[in-house]
Amino acid sequence: MSAVMGTKMLRKEDPALLVGENKFIDDIHAPGELWMGMVRSTMGHAKINSIDTSEAEAMPGVTAVYTGAQLADMGLWIAPLPCAWPVTEDMVNPAHNPVCIDEAKHVGDIVAVVLCNDRYGAADAAEKVIVDYEPLPAVGSLEAAVANEVMAHSDLESNKAFHWPLIPDPEGTEKAFAEAAHTVKAKFIQQRLIPSPMEPRGCMAIPSPVGGDITFYSATQVPHILKVMIAATTGIPESKLRVIAPAVGGGFGGKLNVDPDAILSVTLANHLGVPVRWTETRTEAAGSSHQGRGQIQHMEVAADENGKISSVRVHLDADMGAYMMLITPGVALLGSFLYTGVYDIPNLAFTCDGYFTNMTPTDAYRGAGRPEASYAIERIMDILAGEVGITPEEIRARNYINGGEAFENHEAASTLVFDSGHYRPAHDRALEMAKMDELRAEQARRRDAGETKQLGMGMCSYVEICGLAPSRALGGLNYGAGGWEHATVRMLPTGKIEVVSGSTPHGQGHETAWSMIIADKMGVDPNDVEVLHSDTAKSPLGLDTYGSRSLAVGGVAIAMAADKVIEKAKLIAAHQFEAAPEDVQFEAGAFSVAGTPSKSVHIQELGFAAFAAHDLPDGMEPNLNEQVSFDPPNFAFPFGTHVAVVEVDTETGGVELLDYIAVDDCGHQVNPMIVEGQLHGGIVQGVAQALFEEAVYDEDGNINNPSFMDYLVPSAMEVPNMQLDYTVTPSTTNPLGVKGAGEAGTIGSAAAVMNAVCDALSPYGVTDMDMPATPKRVWEAINSQGGAA
Amino acid sequence: MDVSVTVNGTTHTHDVEPRTLLVHHLRDGLGLTGTNVGCDTSSCGACTVHMGGESVKSCTVLAVQADGTDITTIEGLAAVAEAEGIATGDQGWHPMQEAFQQCHALQCGYCTPGMVMAATSFLKENPNPTEDEVREGLEGNLCRCTGYHNIVKAVASVAGGAS
Repeated sequence: MSAVMGTKMLRKEDPALLVGENKFIDDIHAPGELWMGMVRSTMGHAKINSIDTSEAEAMPGVTAVYTGAQLADMGLWIAPLPCAWPVTEDMVNPAHNPVCIDEAKHVGDIVAVVLCNDRYGAADAAEKVIVDYEPLPAVGSLEAAVANEVMAHSDLESNKAFHWPLIPDPEGTEKAFAEAAHTVKAKFIQQRLIPSPMEPRGCMAIPSPVGGDITFYSATQVPHILKVMIAATTGIPESKLRVIAPAVGGGFGGKLNVDPDAILSVTLANHLGVPVRWTETRTEAAGSSHQGRGQIQHMEVAADENGKISSVRVHLDADMGAYMMLITPGVALLGSFLYTGVYDIPNLAFTCDGYFTNMTPTDAYRGAGRPEASYAIERIMDILAGEVGITPEEIRARNYINGGEAFENHEAASTLVFDSGHYRPAHDRALEMAKMDELRAEQARRRDAGETKQLGMGMCSYVEICGLAPSRALGGLNYGAGGWEHATVRMLPTGKIEVVSGSTPHGQGHETAWSMIIADKMGVDPNDVEVLHSDTAKSPLGLDTYGSRSLAVGGVAIAMAADKVIEKAKLIAAHQFEAAPEDVQFEAGAFSVAGTPSKSVHIQELGFAAFAAHDLPDGMEPNLNEQVSFDPPNFAFPFGTHVAVVEVDTETGGVELLDYIAVDDCGHQVNPMIVEGQLHGGIVQGVAQALFEEAVYDEDGNINNPSFMDYLVPSAMEVPNMQLDYTVTPSTTNPLGVKGAGEAGTIGSAAAVMNAVCDALSPYGVTDMDMPATPKRVWEAINSQGGAA
Repeated sequence: MDVSVTVNGTTHTHDVEPRTLLVHHLRDGLGLTGTNVGCDTSSCGACTVHMGGESVKSCTVLAVQADGTDITTIEGLAAVAEAEGIATGDQGWHPMQEAFQQCHALQCGYCTPGMVMAATSFLKENPNPTEDEVREGLEGNLCRCTGYHNIVKAVASVAGGAS
């Protein structure tokens, strides 16, 4: 076989998806299944005085209605819902029961659960449950939480959950600010976002008729983690649990949690001995599926007279929502290391305070902490450029690590060591593709002519942390698990190859990419490779998919397991050739003896020999079946430069994204077609944060835009075609030299777009604007400045 | 009440609760789960099917309203196309399905059946659209994975090929 890696091989996943054959969670049924209908709090914060379930219980098909108090008495769980990332020893973590018992903490908090033999009937019955709420003062914003006048949890004396500092050199930071020629301060608001994968969440637990085993189907990104967490929460032994993620319709972080619905499904199925299922509605998701972002960033930089930055100081207030979910408190920490961006900035002082509010819990959403950090540094770079009197291009050029030239093992102020980087080529290429000089001339022309539609250009040079994660690093951050990934590669008796992946796809194309890695390593046809995944019975070990880790950790594990199979096969080949192993060479799938071309055997022919074991080298175990748990020695640090071009209608405040250029470097690429797709989608999610999306809450904790009617996920109309290009700087963290691309687009795009909007509005004295840059906000910004340049 | 619909060429008659949505009748009643549900406000288009040759969001149609109609879902798209004389290629797919794979216009694939159904219906109305018209034509269908870039490319490639 010729090289497969690096080609745009079409995806193996597509045929089933294109004809509707794939089974998503809601497509799967079990005989006797009961549907859960959730009674969810309609109040942001309320005491539950009483719950009347009698009318619901009398509805046709309803088998039971349970309140939180009843479920607690039944002892269905042994621990509240888990938070795996207690970021400090003294972090406050109020118990998060699957169903709240006496106090509802956010709109969407489950108050009671109905079981019915019909989808519609469950929804009807849930509406018939009468809850007597006594409203309590609510914390409906992060600002209100910080003010600490009203408590999100009545039994707590403060809304603050933790304080987390990262200040490697306090004196250095103080000195840098004291000696700076320029200091710039800005406050950025990272509005709450709803991840909104197109497939809503859903799950179904099916108890085995004998033995107490439970098969749990879930639209999850994390079947392995879910299995451990369900066992820890319910007391059902892990060995009795099998978790299967069927076809999963996107996640973006929104499907990596241990949701109350999952625990209810498993425990009620176990208790009743019948399948129990749930599929959320989109509107239900707004109050119950965790949200992303929710931060206020107080950002400061110190620079010399030329704009060379000596220090960054940032304080973050982070909105936890009502409860700590799986990694809620850790999201801000993931960003903390990136507030110095792609720049050679010797000092960083980062502090974060986490606060409870009476809003939907927050947790990971595409980028998780890193888009926020990238936004803050990249927005303030533009503000600093204005202060120093140089262009955004120039301020970046003056600050890049190693002057923009290639480097390896750069220790950033955060103490993280960036594996490799080479920032200037991406910067130059992006400006060239954008034709920045022509755009600047056109911008000047429109400004001089006083045209209604003004042009704005914005750039963002980002770096991100991918390949989560070295287990020791996670331990150092008090995360509750490791960051390795497991892989198995088997040469089957027939010569087909079976790959077992611990990372679990939900649209990323793992089956294709892993087949390509195997094809390249082993010299086989990628169609001879079958990838098993997303089922803990087939793939018992794994840590799943998030944090742009699949390729840089899981894909590397697969390549390493393939190497082990080849090594063992080589010994069998040498034995057959009656040659010394060191004389046997492996090329394009075939073993041969150097200088004796007649002696040759293809690796796929050795599958049967290893299986039959009639004539293996003395002491060799039968079978070609090798496993690797790869724990990466470091993270990987992809980077790139993005340029956004916007047109602002100064009469209506409307912003149109005219062009988007992205030059990314994710190291070596396995399948550039898949990388391109990841970037397209990621970029649009960041554009959506900049221009459209925000989960809007009122002061009582009501969400004002819970459906797709008014939570504005962009359509094809709102986004342009994108121009992409790449540079390739291999990672030094792993033998494939790969870095990760799943979150890069989102990490680069919000800042690029907002820099462009602010650039367009600079004649009106606008230096900053909150996201999303809605027509109203833009119009007000223009008109509050008198509307004149 | 009795509802009789011809889906992908086969007529099914079932006793259906009057409030049943067409999408749930197709999915839960007839077992045609290729058509997906992505929202509850008729916003996302994941449930798009053809009814009487035109695209509809099947979450916004009651099964009883579909009584007596011809419906095509993603499962039957290629066969219906073939019957209309459209070449279905090696894989037996409608050219739009082929183009979606070739252009990498799907990732998780959840919006894909609805997107393909909307796109084929759109091209019947406007066989030679501009790129802007393609984007406008697909406005009622949301995708969270692809950023639409490759979807627009796929639809444009079929339009070009068909003209």
